[in-house]
Amino acid sequence: MSDNSPAVSTRTVDAVVSALLISVGAVVVWDSHRIGASWASDGPEAGYFPFYIGLIIVLSSTVNLVLALLGKGPGGGFVERGQLVSVLKVLIPAAIFVAATGWIGIYVSAAIYIAIFMAWLGRFRPWLIAPVAIGVPLALFVLFEIWFLVPLPKGPLEAALGY
Amino acid sequence: MDAFGSLLLGFGVAADPMNILYMFVGITLGVLIGVLPGLGGANGVAILLPLTFGMSPTSAIIMLSCIYWGALFGGAITSILFNIPGEPWSVATTFDGYPMAQKGRAGAALTAAFTSSFVGAFFAIIVVTFLAPLIAAFALNFGPPEFFAVQLLTFCSFVGMGRETPTKTLAAMMLGFALAAVGLDTVTGQLRMTFGTTELLRGFDFLIAVIGLFGIGEILLTMEEGLAFKGSTARIDLKVVLRTWAELPRYWMTSLRGAVVGCWMGITPGGATPASFMSYGLAKRFSPRGAKFGTGELEGVVAPETAAHAAGTSALLPMLTLGIPGSPTAAVLLGGLLIWGLQPGPLLFVEQPDFVWGLIASMYLGNVAGLIVVLTTVPLFAAILRIPFSIIAPVIVVICAIGAYTVHNALLDISFMLVFGVVGYLFKKLGYPLAPLVLALVLGDMAESSFRQAMLLSQGSLSIFWSNWLVGSISGLALVMLFWPLIAKVRDSLRGRPNEPAVAAD
Repeated sequence: MSDNSPAVSTRTVDAVVSALLISVGAVVVWDSHRIGASWASDGPEAGYFPFYIGLIIVLSSTVNLVLALLGKGPGGGFVERGQLVSVLKVLIPAAIFVAATGWIGIYVSAAIYIAIFMAWLGRFRPWLIAPVAIGVPLALFVLFEIWFLVPLPKGPLEAALGY
Repeated sequence: MDAFGSLLLGFGVAADPMNILYMFVGITLGVLIGVLPGLGGANGVAILLPLTFGMSPTSAIIMLSCIYWGALFGGAITSILFNIPGEPWSVATTFDGYPMAQKGRAGAALTAAFTSSFVGAFFAIIVVTFLAPLIAAFALNFGPPEFFAVQLLTFCSFVGMGRETPTKTLAAMMLGFALAAVGLDTVTGQLRMTFGTTELLRGFDFLIAVIGLFGIGEILLTMEEGLAFKGSTARIDLKVVLRTWAELPRYWMTSLRGAVVGCWMGITPGGATPASFMSYGLAKRFSPRGAKFGTGELEGVVAPETAAHAAGTSALLPMLTLGIPGSPTAAVLLGGLLIWGLQPGPLLFVEQPDFVWGLIASMYLGNVAGLIVVLTTVPLFAAILRIPFSIIAPVIVVICAIGAYTVHNALLDISFMLVFGVVGYLFKKLGYPLAPLVLALVLGDMAESSFRQAMLLSQGSLSIFWSNWLVGSISGLALVMLFWPLIAKVRDSLRGRPNEPAVAAD
């Protein structure tokens, strides 16, 4: 965690994000053109408004890209190696948690996610992890399924318990 | 319309015992949200919005707006005790609040912060009470061109008044409009930017975007800083409160200035964050003790808190009267109105007086309730902050995921939320503002339909936006705002001042 060298410069990320936004803008322009961006007999067509929106995205992002390439945007290191690792340590488990929700339901995956997070990043002892990892999803279950009657994604465990 | 009579009617609605209960629940939840990293006013309200669908709209908006007030109060707690702004608008509070806490005057700083918040909000509510009916009555004459011009002014103000690079503001804003356009076009029935998928038919819900951008993005940023909460302990007893209250009237000028700045920035979509900085800066310049600011001056806590709360409160004025929110949280509340089947705008005052005046009256009661709740429960919330981040972070991610799912009962939305989280993280670090993106996403459909209606009236000619003095002056002002960065540059060079290179604040 003590690695302080920048993993990537802000300039690079700035340029990449501008380039991505240009392509997003281009897709908007292209799709609006496809469905018609001009004036029909009954008024403006569906792509009339988004067409110009896309055009402004392309233009303003081009300016941002040029500014970034000329070094006139924000400078310095974007993220240090150690920081990037910390961020990924949150992001990747979160992505797995979201993917697992579809299979085993949100409550079980939340319990596993919280337990792994606490054990891996917090280095907590099992007797501290267990009450939080089981208690939080249980409280959420009572709150949503029983109290507010809002059904959340459930998996085999809840089915086995009759929900 | 007689504002006093309507307000009395509103108090009748808001004083219902159930509504009072919702008020306290909302305030407590709001303070909790304001204290926790990753949960703020905007995404906190967004997560809880689906739970209110079963309530009456009046009770729901009372609870949700109280969450907003609570979050405004809560931000000050973390700033003063932990030097960690729980909300962006409480950054300026850390400048003098944390030094005060280090000197052992945490109780005084907290009391001053809460009281100034209350004063700022109260000032703004009075402004809302008397100005809202006038603006609503005036706006009743608005047609589609006027509405589009006002929306244009809102968005151009972001470009002109924002501290970010204008082209970045523009790009973020237009991304919001583009995302709003995805899905079924309600006028022609055509599909836009769905690329043959059925999942995109629904489009991107702004609630998902808000939860991701502000919630997940904030968690990633906090994680990067590797936060360990180390803070001072807080004890507020009656003696400290009374002694601080005795000292506060000395700073009436700072309070008044903060409240006026806050109201102005809240009504024009400058927002609470710039308002708090501006008020702090003004107080530093004009106060006789200005030189000592930053070392733990009570006045340095009063200035930003008054302005932030005044701005946060007055942001509801344009939302109620014109249907144009002044802040991301107000935008989420506006989304709530639409979901409850209420059309925000001038007609709301005529058709739903119970709702409007109930809300305005609840703002008075809610802020009194808020002041009582925060003054009595500070130690409790300070204790919550001692829970390690490695427990809080996964729990907040889970809560955000549930919030994103419940909007449409769609699993894919949780993935979108994560993507928006990464976007929020990148945008924040690169200096793209998030507020215009969210506002564009909320107002996109409305802005587009008023633009289309205006175009239909004029048969495609843009001259309709200059067809009478009213719409012309609004559109003209919008263009001035849009080109303000350029105008300022030209003005500076004419004065012979060297152009400072635009350094984006990180």
